[in-house]
Amino acid sequence: MRRDIQAAGSTVSQLDLARLQFAMTSIYHFLFVPVTVGLGFLTALLQTAWHRTGLVDYLRLTRFFGILLLINVAVGVVTGLVQEFQFGMDWSVYSRTVGDVFGAPLAMEGLAAFFLESTFLGLWVFGWDRLSRRVHLAAIWAVALGGALSAAFIMAANSWMQHPVGYAVNPTTGRPQLNDVWKLFTNPVFLRGYLHVLLASVVTGAVVMLAVSAWQLRKGRAPLVFHASARLSLVVLVPTILVAMLVGSELGVTEGKYQPMKIAGAEAQWTTCQPCSFSLIQVGGGKNDQTPTKIIEVPHLLSLLATNHWNGKVLGLDTVNSQYQAQYGPGDYVPNIFIQYWSMRVMAYLAVVVLLVGLWGLWLLLRRRLSTAKAFQRVATWLVVLPFLMNTAGWLLTESGRQPWIVQGLQLTRNGVSPSISTTTVAISIIVFFVLYAALAVVEIVLMARYARREPAAAPPTSEVPQPAPAY
Amino acid sequence: MALATFWFILTAVLWTGFFVLEGFDLGVGLLHTVVARDEPGRRAAIGTIGPLWDGNEVWLIVAAAAMFAAFPGWYATLFSGYYLVLVVILVGLILRGVSFEFRDKVERSGWRRTWEATLTVGSLLVPFFLGVMLGGMLHGIPVGQNQEFSGSFADLFSGYAVFTGVTLVLLCLLHGAVFLALRTTGTVRGRARLLARRIAPVTALAVLAFLPWTHSTAGKGVLPSIMQLIAVLFVLAAAWLVTAGHEGWAFTATTFTIATCVLSVFVDLYPRLVVSSTNPAYDITVGNAASGNYALKVMSVVAIVLFPVVLAYQGWTYRVFWRRVSADHYGGRVARPSE
Ligand code: HDD
Ligand code: HEM
Ligand code: HEM
Repeated sequence: MRRDIQAAGSTVSQLDLARLQFAMTSIYHFLFVPVTVGLGFLTALLQTAWHRTGLVDYLRLTRFFGILLLINVAVGVVTGLVQEFQFGMDWSVYSRTVGDVFGAPLAMEGLAAFFLESTFLGLWVFGWDRLSRRVHLAAIWAVALGGALSAAFIMAANSWMQHPVGYAVNPTTGRPQLNDVWKLFTNPVFLRGYLHVLLASVVTGAVVMLAVSAWQLRKGRAPLVFHASARLSLVVLVPTILVAMLVGSELGVTEGKYQPMKIAGAEAQWTTCQPCSFSLIQVGGGKNDQTPTKIIEVPHLLSLLATNHWNGKVLGLDTVNSQYQAQYGPGDYVPNIFIQYWSMRVMAYLAVVVLLVGLWGLWLLLRRRLSTAKAFQRVATWLVVLPFLMNTAGWLLTESGRQPWIVQGLQLTRNGVSPSISTTTVAISIIVFFVLYAALAVVEIVLMARYARREPAAAPPTSEVPQPAPAY
Repeated sequence: MALATFWFILTAVLWTGFFVLEGFDLGVGLLHTVVARDEPGRRAAIGTIGPLWDGNEVWLIVAAAAMFAAFPGWYATLFSGYYLVLVVILVGLILRGVSFEFRDKVERSGWRRTWEATLTVGSLLVPFFLGVMLGGMLHGIPVGQNQEFSGSFADLFSGYAVFTGVTLVLLCLLHGAVFLALRTTGTVRGRARLLARRIAPVTALAVLAFLPWTHSTAGKGVLPSIMQLIAVLFVLAAAWLVTAGHEGWAFTATTFTIATCVLSVFVDLYPRLVVSSTNPAYDITVGNAASGNYALKVMSVVAIVLFPVVLAYQGWTYRVFWRRVSADHYGGRVARPSE
C-alpha cells in the first residue's frame, strides 16, 4: 500500500479535460434529474386526484404528463450511467482514496433507489390493465419515492466532498476510512443541501407543468383539463419556491462556516468585512482586479445572508487564503470568482422572477382569469427555461466553489485524476459524449414539444397487452 | 467468512445476475428485427422486454457501485484501465436505453428504422465489450506497482478476452431467442424457435472451448473445475432442449449456462481481482483492494436487508408480465389524429 494523497503526475491539460468532461456530463444529467423527481411527484399527485375523485380529467392529465415524464426519464437514466462509471474512469486516484467512504452511499443508492425506481416505472407504464387501481397508484408513488431516495444518497455523497465527516485517516494507507455512517446522513451540509435540491426539483417539475398547461390554455384545447393542471402547478410552485429560497440562504450560511472560500467568492469579497454590504451587480472583482466597481450596494445584506446576523463578519478571500496556506502549505486556494459571483446571482435573481410569475398566476387564479390571461400564458410558457438555468448555476456555485479541492481539505482535484489516461483519450471521450448528448438533446426537445402540444387522450387504455407507452 | 470475501461473492453474484437478466433482453435487442419483418411483430418482440429491461440494467449499476464501495482499488484500476472500452459500452447502453422509449414516439418508418438500428448496435456493443473486460481481468492487463494501468489500448484485447466477448454475445443470442420463443406467439414465435435451433450448436461449441480456455488462462490446467463441469452439462442440456422444442426448460438451461459461465470466471479469479501481466506481485487482490472493516460491515447490513426486498419485487414484476405477447394486439392500429 502506498500514500495516494500526493500521487499523480499528470499534465495539466488532461486534468482540465477531465474536469470539463465531468462538468459537462453532470450538468447534462442534472437537466433531467429534477424533472424526473419533480414531475414524478406531480404525476403521482394527479393520479391520486383521479383515484380520489374519479374525475376522468385527472386521468387524462396523469397520462399526458406521464408520457412527458417517460421521455425525460429515458435520457435521465442513460446519462446517470455515465456518472456512475466516470469516477473510476477519470478520477481513479480519487476513487481509490475515498471509495471506502464515498462508495457506500453510491452502493446504497443502487440498492435502495434505482431498483425501486426502474422496476416500478416498468410496472406503472405497462401495468395499466394488469394491476388493480390501488396497486397501480402505489407504483407511481414508488417511482416518486425512488427519485427522492436516489437524490438523498447522491447528495450524502456529494455533501461529504463539501464537508467530510464520519471518517478517520488510516495511518498506514493515508486514506480516509468510514467510521460513522450516521454522520454522513446528519452532515449539516447534507441536511440543508438535500432539502434544497428536493425543493428545487419540485420547483422545476411545477414550472414544466405550468408552462405546458399555459401553452395549452393559450391554444384553447381542452381548457378545463389544463386549467386543473395549471392550478395544481401554481399551488405547488409558489410555496415551494419560497421555502427553497429560505433553505438556500440557510445553506449559504452553512457553507460559509465549512467552506468560507465559496461564500466569500460569491460576493467577490477579498478583504474581511463587518458589517458587509451586498452588491446587486458589479464589474471586476477577479483575481487580478480585487476592488470591483459595485453598481448597486445594499448595506448589511451580505452579513445577513452569510451569517444570519445584521452585523456579521464575513472573512475575505485573502484572509482565508493565508489561513489555508498556513494549514495546507503554499498554493492558491481561491476558486474562480467570476463563476462564484454570477452563479449565485443568476440563481437568486431568477428565483425572484419565478416567484413573481407564480404569484401573478395565483392572483389570476383567485380572480378566475387564468384561462383568459393571454399575457400570463405567454410568459409562463417561456418560464420553463429558468429552472434549468437556476439548477445549473446552483451546481456551478457548489462544485466550482469547492475548487481547488475535490474533497474539501483532504484531496486536491489535481491529485485525484487518473494518471494512466492520456489527454487524447479524454479528448476522444469528450467529443463522443458531446456529440451523443447533443443529438439526444435535439431528439428529447423535439419529442417533448411534440407530446406537450398534443391533445390529451380521451379514454383510459383498454388493451390487454403491455403497450409500450400509456398515452394512446 | 471474511467480509471482503463475502463482498467478492456478492459482486460476482451481481455481475452474474446482470448477465442472466440483461442477457435475454440484449438478445431480444439483437434479434428483434430478425424474428419479425413487420411492425406488429417487432412491437411484440420489444414488448416482451419493455417493462423489464430497465430493472435488469440496474444490476450492472449496482455491480459497479459494489466494486466501488467494497473494493475501491478494483473499481479504480479497472475503470481507468478500460477507459475507451467503457466509453464504447456507455455509448451502447445509451443508444439502447433511449431506443426503447423513442422508437414508437413518431409514426414514421425512417424514424423507427433508426431506433431499431441503435437498439441492435447497442445490444451488440454492450455484451461484447463487457466480455472483453471480464476476460481481461483474468487474463491480465499491464498494472504497475502503484496499482494503476500502465499499458496501451491494444493490451486490452488478448485472444482470450476477445473470445470471452464473443462467447457472451453468443450466449445472449441464444438466451434471447429462447426467451422470445417462450414469450411470443404466431410467426414471431416460429422464427424465434428456428433461430434458437440454429444458434444453439454454435453457442454450445463456443462455451465448450471457453471453459477450458478460462481454466488454463487462470493457470489451473485444462481440466475443468466443478463449476465448469456444471456449465458443460447445462450448455449441452440447453442445446438438446432447444432442439427438442421444450421452451420452458430450455430457458432454464440457458439461464444456468450463463450463470455458471460467468461465475466460473470469478471462481478462477479469486482471490485476485485484476491480474497484472507485468508482475504477479502487482495483482489487485481481495486483500489489497478492499475497504475497511467498518464500511464493509455497514454495507453488509444494508445489502442483507435490501437485497431480498429487491429480489421479491423484481420477481413479482416478472410474474405480472409473464404472459405471451402477441403481434395481433399490435396490428391494425389506427394512427392518432394528431400525427
Ligand atoms: C430551482 C432551483 C433553485 C432555486 C430557486 C434556488 N436554488 Fe440554490 N441551488 C439549486 C437550485 C436552486 C441547486 C441546483 O439544486 C443547488 C446545487 C447544489 C445544491 O445543493 O442545490 C443549489 C445550491 C445552492 C447553494 C450552494 C450550496 C453548496 O455549496 O453546497 C447556495 C448557497 C444556494 N443554492 C442558495 C440559494 C438561494 C439564496 C436561493 C434563493 C434566493 C436559491 N438558492 C434558490
Ligand atoms: C451529487 C453528486 C456529485 C458528485 C459526487 C460530484 C463530484 C464532482 C467531481 C468528482 C468533480 C470533478 C473534480 C472537480 O473539478 O472538482 C466535479 C466537478 C464538477 N461538477 Fe460535480 N458532482 C456531483 C454532482 C454535480 C451536478 C449534479 C452538477 C451539475 C448540475 C455538477 C457540476 C459540476 C461542475 C460544473 C464541475 C466542474 C467544477 C470545476 O472543475 O470547476 N456536479 N464534481
Ligand atoms: C455525479 C454523481 C451522480 C451519479 C454517479 C449518478 C448516477 C446515476 C445513475 C447510474 C442513474 C441511472 C439509474 C437507472 O438506470 O435507473 C441515475 C439516474 C438518476 N439520478 Fe443520478 N447520478 C449523479 C448525480 C445525481 C444527482 C446530483 C441527483 C439528484 C440530486 C441524481 C438523481 C438521479 C435520479 C433521480 C435518477 C433517476 C433517473 C432519471 O434521472 O430520470 N443524480 N443517476
